[in-house]
Amino acid sequence: MNHPAILEMVETLGETTLIADPAQVVDLCRYLREREKFVRLSTITAVDWYPAEPRFEVVYHLHSIENNRYLRLKCRLSGATPEIDSATGVWRSANWYERETYDMFGIVFRNHPNLVRILMPLDWEGFPLRKDYPVHGNKYGYGNE
Amino acid sequence: MTKELFEEHVATIPATQEPPASPSAPRRMTLNMGPQHPSTHGVLRIVLELEGEIIIKADPDIGFLHTGIEKECEQKFWQQVVTLTDRVDYLANLSNNLVYALAVEKLLQLEIPPRAQWMRVMLTELSRLNSHLVWLGTHALDIGAMTVFFYCFREREDILRIFEMFSGQRMMTSYIRIGGLALEPPRGWQQAVGKFIRAFPSKVDEYEELLNANPIWLRRTKGVGFISLEDMLDLGITGPMIRAAGVPMDLRKTQPYSSYDKFDFKVATHTDNDVWGRYRVRLTEMRESANIIRQALEGMPDGPWRADSPHVLLPDREKMKTQMEALIYHFKIVTEGFRVPKGEVYQCIESPRGEIGYYIVSDGTSKPYRVHMRTPSFGNLQGLPKMLEGILIADSIAALGSMDFVLGDTDR
Repeated sequence: MNHPAILEMVETLGETTLIADPAQVVDLCRYLREREKFVRLSTITAVDWYPAEPRFEVVYHLHSIENNRYLRLKCRLSGATPEIDSATGVWRSANWYERETYDMFGIVFRNHPNLVRILMPLDWEGFPLRKDYPVHGNKYGYGNE
Repeated sequence: MTKELFEEHVATIPATQEPPASPSAPRRMTLNMGPQHPSTHGVLRIVLELEGEIIIKADPDIGFLHTGIEKECEQKFWQQVVTLTDRVDYLANLSNNLVYALAVEKLLQLEIPPRAQWMRVMLTELSRLNSHLVWLGTHALDIGAMTVFFYCFREREDILRIFEMFSGQRMMTSYIRIGGLALEPPRGWQQAVGKFIRAFPSKVDEYEELLNANPIWLRRTKGVGFISLEDMLDLGITGPMIRAAGVPMDLRKTQPYSSYDKFDFKVATHTDNDVWGRYRVRLTEMRESANIIRQALEGMPDGPWRADSPHVLLPDREKMKTQMEALIYHFKIVTEGFRVPKGEVYQCIESPRGEIGYYIVSDGTSKPYRVHMRTPSFGNLQGLPKMLEGILIADSIAALGSMDFVLGDTDR
């Protein structure tokens, strides 16, 4: 695997992780799909490392049926402007996973066809899986942890 | 939800306002199916745009069952999370237990004794049978074959009794824990499982007898719900759906976990890629699962049923009364849990619905830092619009049922 967007390649517990430049992620995804045969996108999610900076990690899990292997792709985003290009142009399955990541973490996927909340109600405020989001809501007055 | 937002959402599929060309021409209408529709098997809402009886556009709306399980996982000790994983996919709870346990064991680098591994295989295969039986029964009920439902739930009851015997619970078993099993396998489990598994293949024959040559069943399933293989791969569909399209993608074979490589079984595939093909794949899988359970029953290794790891697993009661270390470990595990080394892991297994994967991040404390669940129902449901568009609304029920999604699994 040789692509300018790959910053680092780590092997842990028998799993390969690529750390990539978020500015070129779509190009890298297309490369991985076409050249490395990662035809399936298993999932997209994020991890919030609040209060550290860069705060967010967007994590892609790719699957190659032909080579029978999984790959993890990570992009680090700052907490102030968590924005990254959408991978929907490469795998259509990215659509819902990116919506879910937006819904839960507030990470904006540029050029996404329909970036609205998917699991939470449409008028919900805040992003539940962020670490600074309270576990017990205080909106309805039952505790303020 | 405010009125504007509601209208904005509904407006994603606008009903055309132009008058039809002639009075007999089909008119477009927007139909709201669910979230309380009985054949959506849960709380799934689909906004359908129809032209006559043809579905032009389908827009699934999920999230009604979202309970924030991923957030909740971050508040619990590692071992306590097992009880939450049960609630994700309530028809295949042992698969969820297993994938979580495997992921954490990978981080802890725990060695699981063979007896526990085989027991896990046997129980997850029983839960696969359970899930497929519920699927077959309710799917046939949707299409109009009511008898199958009673037949399937008769066998499901036997499986739930076996689960109850093992764990004390019929559905939320939490029987597979980090490091092994929750309890020692009960006395007489061989007889209970053996009696069930000897009778089961003839029960599958009964279902096939009811359905295979049933003209209504054939007319309603053959050629319905087609979705091309390219679309399936692109949309992330897994499990029996993709195996019915001819791809032998089964993680039990390709990435064996929990000593699945020691079992002899075939991956069921079909090439029809329609509701009928998915029915054939699932029925073959039932036979293969029964085959695996029989192998597990006959070759069950002796030995301990959980790992030898005193800092993770609670000590035996007898040891606690005689050894000071055991008492200290017991106190520490109960009050502050155990720590898991820093790291991240993605573990995926084959659930009855497809690839279920847990991405777990540990920051070295006694609680998970992040647990992400890649659930098969969420992945498969994304292909729903592709499958429904262009077919008759009556066929949408058969197509929906063939996906076999669980909304708890979708929304988490």
